[in-house]
Amino acid sequence: MHKKVTFGGFAFPLVLLLPQLAITFVFFLWPAAQALYQSVLRQDAFGLRTTFVGLDNFARLLNDPSYLASFKVTLVFSTSVTLTGLAVALLLACMADRVIKGSGAYKTLLIIPYAVAPAVAGVLWYFLFNPSIGILAYLVRGLGYNWNHQISGTDAMILVVIASVWKQISYNFLFFLAGLQAIPKSLIEAAAIDGAGPWKRFTSIIFPLLSPTTFFLLVVNVVYAFFETFGVIHATTSGGPGQATTILVYKVFTDGFVALNLGSSAAQSVILMLIVVLLTAVQFRYIERRVQY
Amino acid sequence: MVENRPWLTVLQHFVLLCGVALVLFPLWIAFVASTHEGRALVAGVIPLLPGDQMVENYRTILTAGMQGAGGASVGTMLLNSLIMALSIAVGKIAISLLSAFAVVYFRFPFRMLCFWIIFSTLMLPVEVRILPTFEVVANLGMLNSYAGLSIPLIASATATFLFRQFFLTVPDELAEAARMDGAGPFRFFKDILVPLSRTNIAAIFVIMFIYGWNQYLWPLLVTTDESFYTIVMGIQRMVTVADSYPRWHHAMATAVMALLPPTLVVLIMQRLFVKGLVETEK
Repeated sequence: MHKKVTFGGFAFPLVLLLPQLAITFVFFLWPAAQALYQSVLRQDAFGLRTTFVGLDNFARLLNDPSYLASFKVTLVFSTSVTLTGLAVALLLACMADRVIKGSGAYKTLLIIPYAVAPAVAGVLWYFLFNPSIGILAYLVRGLGYNWNHQISGTDAMILVVIASVWKQISYNFLFFLAGLQAIPKSLIEAAAIDGAGPWKRFTSIIFPLLSPTTFFLLVVNVVYAFFETFGVIHATTSGGPGQATTILVYKVFTDGFVALNLGSSAAQSVILMLIVVLLTAVQFRYIERRVQY
Repeated sequence: MVENRPWLTVLQHFVLLCGVALVLFPLWIAFVASTHEGRALVAGVIPLLPGDQMVENYRTILTAGMQGAGGASVGTMLLNSLIMALSIAVGKIAISLLSAFAVVYFRFPFRMLCFWIIFSTLMLPVEVRILPTFEVVANLGMLNSYAGLSIPLIASATATFLFRQFFLTVPDELAEAARMDGAGPFRFFKDILVPLSRTNIAAIFVIMFIYGWNQYLWPLLVTTDESFYTIVMGIQRMVTVADSYPRWHHAMATAVMALLPPTLVVLIMQRLFVKGLVETEK
């Protein structure tokens, strides 16, 4: 944690820190404080008068059916994205870990989606599922289901989940693969000699030893689904049809920039910040524990 | 391999090939769509093999103004994205190297306080504080400028942390030797520490370049002037033009142009990128 050999001086290190501290203050801490401050204010309809309303913005939010609906949408969305993404990536990583021939080529191809922006990933899948010309929509219709994500909320949700998972597969895959390669081969061999088959070895040795990686990815993926998928949703469904894909971050954006409801948007920002702090705290607690054992 | 199970090997390759197909399919279709005429795409089902309009389509989007994107040509948007991504990557590396150096190699009052202030940015993604950050940038007159596009995104702590972790592993003897030879802190930083961090700098550069290139919400907010549009946000305007039919062959050609640069960076610098990614998050 600390260096034994250090340089003297007081002004010099502060000068070094100045650029980062200045940017942090101006663009991070000050806006965060502003969000906190605005969350207890309310403007009238013409933006002329601002009054202090205490926690009333929060109380209104928690009684607002559309906000609660958005919470539910976010839960469904982030659970689906996280679980699907982890399952697919774990399957691929287990396979890539065992394969001898061509593992480099598989790895190279599987990391491509990491480079694709969430918004672009959304557009690609939007095109594939386009009700009138999309090839996947055509195939699904061939199976007897009339796909239309512009009308059906469920279809829209499936579309944004697929696009978000697709984009995140690379990341999960790389971490699972790194985790798998850190498991000592002697353990696997010992189990094989004792007669454990591949499935048995996975459930009783590999998966438990992989749990730190899995837990880390769980938190990262929830954060991803909560915040970074804004592009996917904005570029494709725009939160609709109705409110079917309006996740919390999207609602902060529409209430703040489209409906110009500043107090409510700020209160929503504060709630989101609390969620991030909570997730980060969970992650750090856990990381400390891992360091100790 | 622990034991020889031929059927398992076949299964593995099958699953991996399915995974690769899943990953490549949308990209392939986008590429194919970008090589056809607009009419070929709206008439029934999309073709699966490339057409002959590739040169024509790409030349159109790169040079001519796109109505759907608000008038800016894809060439302009690509340039804007490049400037934004490079500014973010270079800026972040520069300020992170300096602050990590200060935190690791100096003892001064409020050192831990500074450390925690920087650290707190990890918890405040831009999406969470969009409105107030937007107000700050607007008050500073930084809307529609490259500074407004890049500076607010520079100060996250991830790079600072990676450099800090790395500096802690640099042997103390190096600093000691430098001090004995009469080198001041800046000399030590410039001639020893930075050259030693070359690999880490490159790895961070790849990650930050992609991060900057793929920004969506922020450019959407701070640019109203079409000459500052970035490609990732421009494509959305192309697809969801409400009143006219989206011109899919041009939209998909734009999508290909939007994803090509970061993909090439990842593929070419794959080894560095993987190393950087797995280490930043530890």
